[in-house]
Amino acid sequence: MSGQMEITSISKSFGVGPLKQVVIEDCSFNLESGKLTVLIGPSGCGKTTLINLLAGYDTVDSGQITIDGKPVKSPGRERLVVFQEAALFPWMTTFENVTYGPLVRGEKNKKEVEREAMELLRKVGLADFKNKYPIQLSGGMQRRAELIRALINTPKVMMMDEPFRGLDAMTRELMQEYYIRLFEENRLTNLFVTSELEEAIFLADRLIIMSNKPAKPREIMQIELPRPRDFKMLTSREYVRYKQDALEILHEEAMKAFAAGSKASVADFLEAYSATKEPAETDK
Amino acid sequence: MASNGPNILKGVNLTKLRKAVFGKTTYRGIIAIIVTLIFWEACARLKVPVIGMIPAPSSVARSLTGLLFEASYWESWVVSFKRVFLGFIVAQIIGIPLGLTMGMRRTFRDLSFPIIEILRPIPPLAWVPTAVIFWPTPEMSMIFVTFLGAFFTMVLNILGGVRNIDIRYIRAAESLGSSKKDIFWRIILPATLPSLFVGSTVGMGITWEVVVAAEMIASRSGLGFLTWKSYVAGNYPVIVVGMISIGIAGYLSSSLIRFLGSRLTPWLKII
Repeated sequence: MSGQMEITSISKSFGVGPLKQVVIEDCSFNLESGKLTVLIGPSGCGKTTLINLLAGYDTVDSGQITIDGKPVKSPGRERLVVFQEAALFPWMTTFENVTYGPLVRGEKNKKEVEREAMELLRKVGLADFKNKYPIQLSGGMQRRAELIRALINTPKVMMMDEPFRGLDAMTRELMQEYYIRLFEENRLTNLFVTSELEEAIFLADRLIIMSNKPAKPREIMQIELPRPRDFKMLTSREYVRYKQDALEILHEEAMKAFAAGSKASVADFLEAYSATKEPAETDK
Repeated sequence: MASNGPNILKGVNLTKLRKAVFGKTTYRGIIAIIVTLIFWEACARLKVPVIGMIPAPSSVARSLTGLLFEASYWESWVVSFKRVFLGFIVAQIIGIPLGLTMGMRRTFRDLSFPIIEILRPIPPLAWVPTAVIFWPTPEMSMIFVTFLGAFFTMVLNILGGVRNIDIRYIRAAESLGSSKKDIFWRIILPATLPSLFVGSTVGMGITWEVVVAAEMIASRSGLGFLTWKSYVAGNYPVIVVGMISIGIAGYLSSSLIRFLGSRLTPWLKII
């Protein structure tokens, strides 16, 4: 098994002088091979920056990121990102989007790629939409298409940057099911970033709770719910316990940000709070 | 759905075409034109001040029928079209690569942008005297002036198009293993096409404005000159014929660009 990523005391800041903003500081954790690691933290805590660093779109100020022992320097097909809002190429049909990666690298013949693409499209229920352009697909379909556009390249690590954000609750649940089924089938190393706690626990093998700016892991929880998972687990006792533990930590983090008092932190707090408020109430 | 898919890909969809030609929009358009003509004719007959001074549609139609059989009238069309299209095509040939390079290369953009921004506000017509002096033939100076009309709009639209490309498209393409060449041809270029066609449509409009004015000032042929000549000769119905011809010519040219645009950017047509 490969796809082990080690993140060792990395830091990243933007701007210079008085405008300098430290987004990530002395942050270390790892992505275990074949495990689904979920990273949770309030919006604006630097999760996207972290993904950009892991993907190689941006470089660290200090520290090191390695995959299977080799340092990460540039974007590569062994670490693929599914973005917050779908980033399908609007000028290509669903099919062209999915086959883009393998064809552009030219490592397999066209027939083979097309067969694989069809199989994946069928698996996520998009076979009938292969000749549609992204604009003609619903939000959920776009995310599924993007998921398989990444999967067809058999990356070692899949990185999901709040991929289901902005979808309605029903579609979101459906997507979580598609996603977890695909994961349980292929067992690639996965990093899933989210600000939704229920989603986080439902998906995770390991849950990393981030502290607010500068971002670094505050707590790493092992989520030992059995796989394959389904939504019935959301009512199980273990699940509820995990959630309460996590909520406590998240709440502490949000309060800290609130106490820090800067305008941005208050906004972060409000967002973080609204993201977790609902489950907190139902728990009582 | 599956059986429906390939049909859409065939490009020209007959049902859609029939709907477009015989649809409500067409009827409304025709009715609007007829009502306008009746109103105009009535104003002319009743000698309404100002508006009634324009030659009536009936007399314009009479002049037009006469002109339709004159080779010189059609020559005016050809001459103007030639000027517009030559200027426009040169603007594309120079403007597209320039705009793309400016969008992608910061150093080049920093160097070229100020010059373009200083030259851009100069109306193309202000170039007419200089153009007549430094181009060897009057025809070339005409084409140069029409070129200017389309050029700046093209460059700025393409530049804007490149700079507005969502960084995630490029990142995704990089991650998926695209070479620099792939990123240019399969990401940057298609992503810029919509703004390229916006620039072209606007540019095409400007070239007609410019060519007509330039013909009035510095030429002895073309639709602009036809209109001006009729004014000088006091042949008022022909002035209107000239104006309407210019309108139709501009409309045909823009339609051509729009047609090309919709064929080359099929993903923008929503369902």
